[in-house]
Amino acid sequence: MRSTQKFGETLKAGLWKRIPPFRLVLGLCPSLAVTQSAENGFGMGVALALVVTLSSGIISSLRNIIPSKVRIASYIVIIATLVSIVEILMKAFFFPLSEQLGIYIPLIVVNCIVLGRAEGFAAKNPPLISMIDGLSVGVGYTISLTLIGSIREIFGKGEWFGMQVMGQSYEPMTFLVLAPGAFVTIGILLGIQNLFSRWRGEKFVQG
Amino acid sequence: MDLFYLAISATFVNNILLAQYLGHCPFLGVSKRIETAIGMAAAIIFVTILSAIFTWSVFTFILRPYDLEFLQTLTFILIIASLVQLVEIILKKKSRVLYNALGVYLALITTNCAVMGVALLVVRKEMGFVEMLVFSSTSAVGYALALLLFAGHRERLQISAIPKSMQGTAIALITAGIMSLAFIGFQGMAG
Repeated sequence: MRSTQKFGETLKAGLWKRIPPFRLVLGLCPSLAVTQSAENGFGMGVALALVVTLSSGIISSLRNIIPSKVRIASYIVIIATLVSIVEILMKAFFFPLSEQLGIYIPLIVVNCIVLGRAEGFAAKNPPLISMIDGLSVGVGYTISLTLIGSIREIFGKGEWFGMQVMGQSYEPMTFLVLAPGAFVTIGILLGIQNLFSRWRGEKFVQG
Repeated sequence: MDLFYLAISATFVNNILLAQYLGHCPFLGVSKRIETAIGMAAAIIFVTILSAIFTWSVFTFILRPYDLEFLQTLTFILIIASLVQLVEIILKKKSRVLYNALGVYLALITTNCAVMGVALLVVRKEMGFVEMLVFSSTSAVGYALALLLFAGHRERLQISAIPKSMQGTAIALITAGIMSLAFIGFQGMAG
């Protein structure tokens, strides 16, 4: 009974308590870069979720074999291998999306979320729960990126997942799909999230 | 003349930090004080140029002739990680002054996507050797410029009255947004 509770808690933690990139301010680069549209954000989130789940599982199964002196280098090799696999799969099955995401797919290697979860969780816990932790953080990241992408796409272009949602008379705020829009959207979302946390009386996380 | 355009475009128009969104972890992490930002900026210029030269050579002379392009991600991250370690060791031995100035930041650079991003962009745009040198050095200078400007803003922000929920990362991001808006103004200069 206790173990199922622990699994449930780990699963929930990634969705609110440490949802990236808001709570866990890691992996900011792709959340700024690929969120011009909801579809791109979603694609990036899924790619990262896949990598982080598998890498957590593999790293955690090898945690007693890898010498602690070379652990970071070993983690990077494992992660880079998984990222290459995802990159090739995306090129094969989702070619237009992989063209859109461009260099940000190989850049998952240096995404701090993956390495952070490996070092912070997978290195100390058994494989199954590490994979659940990876999955929950990955899903949390997907939700955040889709949200950011939706806001920028709806207000910046008047569309959502490529469908027209705003009326014809709506003047799109082009500023939001350009570079500055990304910073401002995430900044404001972060502010709202902090406000909500303070209102619920949770501990104030960002310093 | 083309090289000049490339340089201007890499430094200002397509500024790696504000227009391409690469390397944000140190951008928000070390930009709280100007001194640390200067150290980070110098380390980044150094490592970006060096790693661009190495990754470009490996890609052009080893990976492409033998059709091994799919190993690109894996090789690049390994080259960058070992290069950073190597530079750290050499600096420690040869130049104590430089090591003391850059040491701490060098370790952080391995997971900086700006370094890896420049390496990937160079290969993706199929640049020659001279273009690669100009592009990597001006990109790195652009990064340093944005980082220093931003650090100045953040020092000033610490003494302003900001609503409690917006403090820290939130206001930093909005400041970055406004800076990025200013950099868009360079867009007419070069394509």
